[in-house]
Amino acid sequence: MNNLLVLPMVLPVLAGIILIFLRPYVRLQRWISFSVMIVNAIIGIILLNQIQEQGPLRLDIGGWEPPFGIMFVADSFSVLLVLTTSIVASICLLYAFSSIGKSYENMFFYSFVNFLVAGVNGSFLTGDLFNLYVAFEVMLLASYVLITLGGREVQLRESIKYVAINVVSSWIFLISIAYLYGTMGTLNFAHLSSRIAESGQTPLLTVISIIFLTVFSLKAGLLLYYWLPGSYSAPPTAVAALFGALLTKVGIYAMFRMFTLIFYHEPSITHTIIGVLAGLTLIGGSIGAIAYKDVRQIVSYNVVIAVGFILVGLAVATPEAIEGSIYYLVHDMVVKALLFLLAGTMISLTGYIRIDYMSGLIKNYPMLGWMFFIAMLSLAGVPPLSGFIGKLLIGQGTVEVGSYILLALVFISSLFVLYSLLRVFLISFWGETIISEEDEEPLKKGWLIPCVLLTVATIGLGLGAETISVYVQDAANTLLNPDIYIDAVLND
Amino acid sequence: MKPIKSNDVMLQTLTRILVFIILSFSIYLLFAGHNHPGGGFIGGLMTASAIVLLYLSFDIKSIKKSLPINFITVIGIGLLLAVATGIASMLFGYPFLTQFFDYFHIPLLGEAELTTAIPFDVGVYLVVVGAALTIILTIAEDDI
Repeated sequence: MNNLLVLPMVLPVLAGIILIFLRPYVRLQRWISFSVMIVNAIIGIILLNQIQEQGPLRLDIGGWEPPFGIMFVADSFSVLLVLTTSIVASICLLYAFSSIGKSYENMFFYSFVNFLVAGVNGSFLTGDLFNLYVAFEVMLLASYVLITLGGREVQLRESIKYVAINVVSSWIFLISIAYLYGTMGTLNFAHLSSRIAESGQTPLLTVISIIFLTVFSLKAGLLLYYWLPGSYSAPPTAVAALFGALLTKVGIYAMFRMFTLIFYHEPSITHTIIGVLAGLTLIGGSIGAIAYKDVRQIVSYNVVIAVGFILVGLAVATPEAIEGSIYYLVHDMVVKALLFLLAGTMISLTGYIRIDYMSGLIKNYPMLGWMFFIAMLSLAGVPPLSGFIGKLLIGQGTVEVGSYILLALVFISSLFVLYSLLRVFLISFWGETIISEEDEEPLKKGWLIPCVLLTVATIGLGLGAETISVYVQDAANTLLNPDIYIDAVLND
Repeated sequence: MKPIKSNDVMLQTLTRILVFIILSFSIYLLFAGHNHPGGGFIGGLMTASAIVLLYLSFDIKSIKKSLPINFITVIGIGLLLAVATGIASMLFGYPFLTQFFDYFHIPLLGEAELTTAIPFDVGVYLVVVGAALTIILTIAEDDI
């Protein structure tokens, strides 16, 4: 019994509702949504420390005992993600304050951002499969609105694809839930896990698990990512940054939950498939990242590469690899938000989306250039920065189980990440400047500060890996020993 | 040639009567939900259909005059009501969304069971009414 658990979902929902009434008061809307995110981050920190002392926490909503009611479960993994979500969302909001424009803000923009965050946090915290579906839908419906809001032609075109693909995948999700309920008779994660452990994972259950894999691959962009680059380059910068940082990560989280807590008995089938898919995603993402000259496409394909990366860790499933995935997941949320914000800033400063039309930006905006450089190094995994430790641990894990192909793909794709971003850096930041001193638009403070905050966060994550390692280790430990989770939920 | 203005006396007279029957049935459905088929969702849809019938038989302008409600606000109020019942139980130290009930003696109705699920259901009802009418009216008023 701990009502703190439900607040990361309830506060944004409440704020989103209240903002409906405050439609004309833009300034108030901004500060309410910003402070909600900050409060969520504080709650995340409190919960993380409580979990260290008491193990995974749970809240039975409505007071119904575990297998019967819906509940929220917080273990280190989910709370780490909630914390990162809150921080990233608050920074994206800061960017939105000065970039999104009045016409958006009057059309319930902040309400929908709040609902999006509520859906994301709900997905991370729920302990029930159908509730996960509902939280997914909350998140997706908000994202449908955010992607179309503004009504430019490209947004409408991409949103049709995005909505269609997500409606189909949600439908498959529902069907797979129905199959699982038909065979196991329960939808509670812990109860499902213990029942499957009792009866053994029959071939039927393995098939169901593969349907779930399909669903979450569609949501996370694991191999089935063809919808992703287009729809992530359509919305305004702040929204694209939120999408890039949060949406695919929820799919990845769901995949981790399903395949470490529930379907972990047949790793030779399911985890092998995940490994193959992750490898193919790395290849496809790498090709995409170097193929385009549109900054937004390059950045979107970097999201795809990261998805493959994190899921290599799940496929390998040694303690190091899982730890590495968690590190990388947290790092990637921060740094992808930074990358999307930087790319969006470049586009709005120059007015071009192709990198070969921009040139010499570093003379006009040195701060922006060097932040891009840091983000690039961080994504490539250069030691003092945050991407390093995750890559190292995932690499260690692949060596340990002897899957050298994945190892090679992981490190070659890192080079591709580095190359694709270095190309952007060299072409658009170096070279002859195209913006003369007079035409130079001053970089708005509201655009610079969020980027600086995220850069500081990525450096801090790299240098302070020791401080969060306690939580990451606990998270990996809970993921690898489902008994801890089940005990916390069922036998209390 | 000017189109002849049609005479909707039959439709309009019948609507005046029918709307009350549909509205009272929708309210019945809303409150019957606990022990019989019904509830906030179907009740809300039924209310919305009554109001849509009004819009169909009269024109939008005159209904807007007699029903000066912004349905987007109705959605907000409904959501707020539903979330507030959840939060109210939190304030008293119970888990989120805990339900409380007791028996009361109400004049005319007699012994009745009142639960905190009612405000939640009314919230759902308002959201459904607001959402259905917002969708229909937005499409209807979209002249471009």
